[in-house]
Amino acid sequence: MSAAYIMGAYEHPTRKAEGISVAQLHMQSAAGALADAGLSFDDVDGYFCAGDAPGLGPMSMLEYMNLDVHHFDSTDSGGSAYLVHVAHAAQAIASGKCNVALITLAGRPRAAGMKSAKMPPAPTPDTPFEAPYSPSVVEMYGMVAARHMHEFGTTREQLAWIKVAASHHAQHNEHAMLRKVVTVEDVVNSPLVSAPLHRLDCCVVSDGGGALVMTSESVAKSLARPLVKLRGAGEAVGHANGGRVDLTTSAANVSGPRAFAEAGITPGDIKYASIYDSFTITVLVALEDLGFCEKGKGGAFVADGNLISGQGKLPFNTDGGGLCNNHPSNRGGMTKVIEAVRQLRGEAHPAVQVQNCDLALAHGTGGSLATRHGSATVILERL
Amino acid sequence: MDLSDLAQANFDAQPYWDATAKGEFVVARCTTCGEAHHYPRAVCPFCRAETVTFEPASGKGEIYSLAITRMPDKPLRVVAYVTLAEGPTMMTKIIDAPDDVAIGDPVRVDFQTHPEGLTVPVFRLDRN
Ligand SMILES: [Zn+2]
Repeated sequence: MSAAYIMGAYEHPTRKAEGISVAQLHMQSAAGALADAGLSFDDVDGYFCAGDAPGLGPMSMLEYMNLDVHHFDSTDSGGSAYLVHVAHAAQAIASGKCNVALITLAGRPRAAGMKSAKMPPAPTPDTPFEAPYSPSVVEMYGMVAARHMHEFGTTREQLAWIKVAASHHAQHNEHAMLRKVVTVEDVVNSPLVSAPLHRLDCCVVSDGGGALVMTSESVAKSLARPLVKLRGAGEAVGHANGGRVDLTTSAANVSGPRAFAEAGITPGDIKYASIYDSFTITVLVALEDLGFCEKGKGGAFVADGNLISGQGKLPFNTDGGGLCNNHPSNRGGMTKVIEAVRQLRGEAHPAVQVQNCDLALAHGTGGSLATRHGSATVILERL
Repeated sequence: MDLSDLAQANFDAQPYWDATAKGEFVVARCTTCGEAHHYPRAVCPFCRAETVTFEPASGKGEIYSLAITRMPDKPLRVVAYVTLAEGPTMMTKIIDAPDDVAIGDPVRVDFQTHPEGLTVPVFRLDRN
């Protein structure tokens, strides 16, 4: 299969988009990623977006940006959709369907006054069995955390280390919403939202957006930016399995091994990891399922600064992640890829840049771990 | 679309809702493979046969996981997954829960009628 490269990456700097529409945020993000790559809107022949884009599939955004493409995909797996798009764009490029693929995400839940992502009552067959109990997102991930604690002895302090590591990174990010370095005590003493999750176990709610530009090898080599190649990808959906519920395992245990097999490497080869962090527990479960540690040992793995760049064995989310920096449109997958690209290019903040970062992983968990979720993993290499 | 409309639109599970409306609790079981499942649907999720029947359930179960929300001057709000004696694990709420409600606690079914009209199973502790 011929290779595909991420040649443009852009994170919108806003965290509260007063006076900027969702479509405009998408387009500003697209313009930023195209400029980063050294390309223009006229070069785009493939477009990818998910449910945050206004309109039916890609059509309204294609009209707004006045693009003329011959390949599109609007797969939506929640916040992990953009990692799926990276994989699907690479497949389209490899099969000659397009040469320059644009992927965008944007949203403005803060400016629009939405406190957090709520489950909309959609006419799906599962809704009547969940919506009457009106589970909040925090309650759903709280149930995942409670079960993990019950089965494996994971502690609130261990979960807190994930936020601590993110805050160590966010202090260097001028755009991050939460730049104050916090301690384990700060996290476990922050107000309980839904036990066992505390306020500081939760990600931020932010406006903003991001975009990626992927190209074929011939286009990539004509550009001035470092070559970041997609080396492996995996995607899978996890659900309640007819009532055989397992809250402590995610579909990352399928998407991760598939991505590693395709890349021909193992978790030990990864120098930097962007791990979807809607909550601290989201990170812990993913790290286990991706194979960075054994199932049930995530608590010990993340403790004592093991995720802090320059200190621990697995530097993660060096932009501060969703926990401290940015979670635009309540969907954190795009920013996961963008920070991995920065690390591979050597363009992360010097205080958090991983030395000789040639192999990175980005992983997304969309939807809800407690009901239905889409896991997507990409492994990227700097050539 | 309110909850009653949603339940009617997904009429696979109508016998389940007919039962809850009468204060009865049933589980969906496939007569081909013998497996019970949740949420109830017209096609067995395990063997894909269209031979799902609804049978009276014991109403007994055990808390698989839970999230506890404490609000001033209000009873505990407890969203939970309960594993039924018949096998499947379902999302629900624990009502009238004591402060030490925990995973593994035995529970039994009760019913609440949602403001939007649907009567749904909830559970309360059954420690004796
Ligand atoms: Zn069956």
